[in-house]
Amino acid sequence: MKFLDRFGRATSDFFEYAGGLTLLSAETIGFMARLRIRIAETISQCALLGVHSAIIVMLTSLFTGMVISLESAQQAVAYGFANVVGGAVAYASVRELGPMLTAVVVAGRVGSAIAAELGSMVVTEQIEALRSMGLEPSRFLVVPRLLALLLMLPLLTIFADVVSIAGGAWIAQTYAHISYDAFISSVRQSIDVPDILKGLLKSIVFAIIIAMVGAYQGLSTRGGAAGVGQSTTSAVVLAIILIFASNFLLTFLLFG
Amino acid sequence: MNDARPRLIAHIENATLAFGERVILKNCTLDIVEGAITCIIGLSGAGKSTILRLLDGLLLPSEGHVYVRNQDICHMSEEQRNRVRRKISLSFQFSALLDSLTVGENVALPLREHTRLSEAEIRRTVMDSLESVGLAHAYDNLPGELSGGMLKRAGFARAIVTRPELVLYDEPTTGLDPIVTNLITDTILRLREKLKGTAVVISHDLQSIFGMADYVAMLFEGAIIACDSAERIRNSTNPIVQQFLQGSEIGPIPI
Repeated sequence: MKFLDRFGRATSDFFEYAGGLTLLSAETIGFMARLRIRIAETISQCALLGVHSAIIVMLTSLFTGMVISLESAQQAVAYGFANVVGGAVAYASVRELGPMLTAVVVAGRVGSAIAAELGSMVVTEQIEALRSMGLEPSRFLVVPRLLALLLMLPLLTIFADVVSIAGGAWIAQTYAHISYDAFISSVRQSIDVPDILKGLLKSIVFAIIIAMVGAYQGLSTRGGAAGVGQSTTSAVVLAIILIFASNFLLTFLLFG
Repeated sequence: MNDARPRLIAHIENATLAFGERVILKNCTLDIVEGAITCIIGLSGAGKSTILRLLDGLLLPSEGHVYVRNQDICHMSEEQRNRVRRKISLSFQFSALLDSLTVGENVALPLREHTRLSEAEIRRTVMDSLESVGLAHAYDNLPGELSGGMLKRAGFARAIVTRPELVLYDEPTTGLDPIVTNLITDTILRLREKLKGTAVVISHDLQSIFGMADYVAMLFEGAIIACDSAERIRNSTNPIVQQFLQGSEIGPIPI
């Protein structure tokens, strides 16, 4: 009976969460579709959520590109395929690691910030104050954050792709003496525009996941400071799990 | 209320509300008379703030009705309720100003969102509102830079800036020193005169309550057990009301 009880409660919690998240997303997208957008706030969120994430995205993608290059250059030179190193780095970066690593980094930095900010607003009654003024929190707070991420995450992904390939080229040249020309030529042969666009499509899906999970966790916060901490952690964990799961699904659909 | 059928601005009818298994209100009925200050008293955790949230449509009863200007707000869409809320303002216990905005921006927010006033007109109206609570100098301050009493008054300024018909004050004097408490009580009275509106005040400060209330309602065990003019409530023979007003440990209220 206890097992059934727990199973029933978990199932009901899951559907309650999924339903709440879907409703919030539908409401937010509805406001965006009706162009009920606070432009100044959206620009400010672009800076906060996007521009301020550029350094951390640059560092993670730089080292990732360098590692892929280091690993592949070692093997490629040993077997006489040095001319494919650029392709390997670009292939991995543009199709998989660029969008996904950027999303994971942004989920850690931005998803947590969204959940913490909205969560603190819940516990200090600021969200209730907005509602009492006849303002919808989804339009007032979620739309600018979602829109900012929809604009900035693809840009950060392109930035990550470029930095990753540049880091890979530098390691390939320094470590395996593969010239920049040979590296770039290999990059060009391995990826084309649809690959880049599919990578960007992934980043758009990831942006929705990060913004909506962060916002929903924040707005569902209960129980003061401890609740804010819990919401923040849950927002990051859940967003990362959903990013990995949806990445698999998208790779299967787009490249499979 | 014993007076000859005063005009009501809001009315709660047999409202029942529970959070999980905890029943907050049970068959609660309350009239809010237009143009009057109604104070709600009761034990901590009795559900007084819940009544304000019912009147503002932030919470909906599981049973019963809430009428504002004869419209049942329980059976409205959120969009319709938002329209009703523009005539009502809730001044929160801890002010609930948006901490990312300055005091001026906080007070201007409902005007920017709900009116087509020019920036110059908004600034003038906001300054007027801040002046009426003695905070014109705090226009550019962030909420974090204000004291408790100033925050409450800034919250008042935001609540009255749209000239609402009904202002709901949630514990406006709690945690404040006697001087600021008097200042806040005077401010509520002055604002009522200025706006010619209606106010509902929740407070534990009996001196402040009897200094401003036209009507007093006592909430006990989820229901309004007494609601009458301030004078009649002060002289009530109801043992629960008397025990509460005297702050006595002996009586029907379980400690």
